[in-house]
Amino acid sequence: MSVLSIDNLTVSFPGRKSTFTAVEGVSLTLEAGKILGVVGESGAGKSTVGNAVIGLLQEPGRIAAGEIRLDGERIDQMPEASLRKLRGKRIGMIFQDPLTSLDPLQTIEAQLVETIRVHLPLSPAQARQRALELLKAVGIPGAEERLSQYPHQFSGGMRQRVVIALALCAEPELIIADEPTTALDVSIQAQILELLRKLCRERSVAMMVITHDMGVIAELTDQVAVMYRGKLVEHGPTAQVLGHPSHAYTKSLISAVPRPDVRVERFPSVSYIEEAAAPSSTIDLSTHWLGKTRNFASAGGPLLSLSGLSMRFETKSSVFPSRRRYFDAVKSVSFDIMEGETFGLVGESGSGKSTIARLITGLYHPTGGSIRFAGQELTALKERSQILAMRRQMQMIFQDPFSSLNARMRVRSIVAEPIKFHRLASSNAEVQQIVGDLLDHVGLGAAAGDKFPHEFSGGQRQRISIARALATRPRFLVCDEPTSALDVSIQAQILNLLKDLQEELGLTMLFISHDLAVIRQMCNRVAVMRNGELCELADCERLFTSPEHPYTRQLLTLMPSMELLAASPQG
Amino acid sequence: MLGFALRRLVQALIVMLAVALIAFSMFRFVGDPVNQMVGLETSIESREALRESLGLNDPLPVQFARFIGNAVQFDFGTSYQFRQPVADLFAKRIPATLELSFTSALFALIAGIPMGIYAGLNRESWLSKLFLSVSLIGISLPTFFIGILLIFLFSVTLQWLPSFGRGDVVEIGSWWTTGFLTVSGLKALILPSITLGLYQMTLIMRLIRAEMLEVIRTDYIKFARARGLSNRVIYLRHALKNTLIPVITITGLQLGSIIAFATITETVFQWPGMGLLFLQAVQNVDIPVMAAYLILTAFLFVSINFIVDILYFLIDPRLRVKQA
Repeated sequence: MSVLSIDNLTVSFPGRKSTFTAVEGVSLTLEAGKILGVVGESGAGKSTVGNAVIGLLQEPGRIAAGEIRLDGERIDQMPEASLRKLRGKRIGMIFQDPLTSLDPLQTIEAQLVETIRVHLPLSPAQARQRALELLKAVGIPGAEERLSQYPHQFSGGMRQRVVIALALCAEPELIIADEPTTALDVSIQAQILELLRKLCRERSVAMMVITHDMGVIAELTDQVAVMYRGKLVEHGPTAQVLGHPSHAYTKSLISAVPRPDVRVERFPSVSYIEEAAAPSSTIDLSTHWLGKTRNFASAGGPLLSLSGLSMRFETKSSVFPSRRRYFDAVKSVSFDIMEGETFGLVGESGSGKSTIARLITGLYHPTGGSIRFAGQELTALKERSQILAMRRQMQMIFQDPFSSLNARMRVRSIVAEPIKFHRLASSNAEVQQIVGDLLDHVGLGAAAGDKFPHEFSGGQRQRISIARALATRPRFLVCDEPTSALDVSIQAQILNLLKDLQEELGLTMLFISHDLAVIRQMCNRVAVMRNGELCELADCERLFTSPEHPYTRQLLTLMPSMELLAASPQG
Repeated sequence: MLGFALRRLVQALIVMLAVALIAFSMFRFVGDPVNQMVGLETSIESREALRESLGLNDPLPVQFARFIGNAVQFDFGTSYQFRQPVADLFAKRIPATLELSFTSALFALIAGIPMGIYAGLNRESWLSKLFLSVSLIGISLPTFFIGILLIFLFSVTLQWLPSFGRGDVVEIGSWWTTGFLTVSGLKALILPSITLGLYQMTLIMRLIRAEMLEVIRTDYIKFARARGLSNRVIYLRHALKNTLIPVITITGLQLGSIIAFATITETVFQWPGMGLLFLQAVQNVDIPVMAAYLILTAFLFVSINFIVDILYFLIDPRLRVKQA
């Protein structure tokens, strides 16, 4: 008998005017010791399925139809009191962000013991003993000492292990893991996936993994269910679904996944989710505003040249110099970026890649070293007019499309602001004309200018950010994780847009990402960073085919293998 | 921890010195202190003698140092209007003000915290809506008006409670008098402490409610639910403790302002506390009393802030690591 069986589940959120159906007619089964992946993009309803199973649907959501059975026992209609006895005891749950899943004011021990004692008839001392065993089982070294520590004293990966230990407290039959590795670095992700797989096999727990990441699916699951707008579009053994997808949506989703093993010129556009229109006109650089002053004096040599760049932050201040503590975020990094190329910077969190972006754009002032842009030493610039002129030539696109746009400004004003600030247009009418052109060119249409940022989706907002960056007629674009907050099909569109713009406008790009697969698709040359140091710098293809530095090799092996995936149509 | 406490102590001392400087300049430069003390017919020679004996001819830094030396021993000179040492005047008044402030703070906390928790957890219930409406009154009506309203209702119309004064007091030790031990003292305390504490209560309630709403949406509360913990444990052990940090900040500051702003309530209820004394001092340009009041209030604020900072440490383990 299956541990979990979901039959024709429909979840709806009644609203004031209409009822929104988040999940519609989903049927799934899951056996003990097996891992089922539920994959889909944001809004597909995959998390809602998990929440419905554990009985924690967000208000005002409710199960409108269908049945959920745990070991044959119907649980979707259980009263809250009996459901609570189920949670933690028979169904464990793991959330996405280990940094926020634990109560910051309680020790790990308090949280473990409290959970154990709710479900099992153990004395405090026995519960503590069990907590220790659990910590050892999830691979936390020095469990004895760490037991009395607080969550903030653990690293992200270790915290996720604690969360897993908490989910295992009462030996549940079923574990629901909602994006268990999304917030983690690639090396930590590999470890956590390994741990989940091991626990699942050893304790013969059934696991439902909810994720948007095809890599996690390919790496971890036995079966996969693909969801699209609340419906289950495809369901079957992982190898079969990924290798020979039958539904059109699955096919297009798989083709949009950046592949670390192959480089494609363009991502095939996903016909299912198209949220942008093709630009209505092409821009002729020789006549258009965007092309003016493009003939920068080319000094020959690299456009941007870093040498011995370092950045040190004070982590503990003191009156006495000997007692101050520092953190070296960037340690003597040197590289050149040639005119017109896309230079990739890759590394895990804390490697200093974002710090470099901020140093180049002048958000931080370096502790040492030099930054030369078009032959000019940036660190030596004193006059405001000179600094502004430099800033105009470099623009930045940030990671989070939700917080990087002012929510109180209309899109038109957001894009017009840099033009007005740098006085790049002669009249207001010209500004409006340019803004319209830019919005049209990034695929939003000129009419988008009258709306506010919140009316757009994540991908569309990132397009607004790109339009804003282009508004100063930049020569150099710094993209700091521009697509890591986006769904895979949207990511493919944004990456295509960046490629097109670069080609059209002859931009030079610094592309920062933790995702090696994306880097491979975008970049000409790549630098690998670790702990503030440059490990390896090579041509993109060479880095992926014959990496030299051991760390690069390690990173490459850690990437979830995509061999299961169907060959990309263009690949 | 110790280093942090020391650093805060030094900062507190600097604040106190700055306040003392203001009080000193008020004493020294707002009018001529000698003119305030003597009558019109006093001769110039005896004025000079007084000036010399008060040390007013010494260099300013010396005078300031002497002022601080005296202030530390709680010697603020003689009140112009009462011809009594300021310290004695305050000693008589302090118990009244502290008892009133303490009772209103207690009232604000005991009523405000449960109401806030309830309103945060049951957002839609009619009782929460009632709490919010009542709290709107508490925030928008001025203190003196609430006081007069209460007097009118409970003293004049119903004649349940006294409208002014402290009632009978009992002396404890040589200088502390308390109203806590007599029936009339307790009855006299009710109206003024509600008047004084109503604003703080509504503030605490609304703050706890807002924080509760915020906290119950966090991942760790969701995760606590998914771990199968009961609602009582989730709300009281996990949610409430996490709401307390901003609440402590505000409560601490508010406790300071309860003491400082008792002035109005004390006037309305003719409560024989420091606030009433201060008001009389302002009317009669009684500079030593004003200076002493200023320093005393500042001292209370600074000590409360200091205690609040230490409380943060006890509640939030993240701070312990950062500062240690």
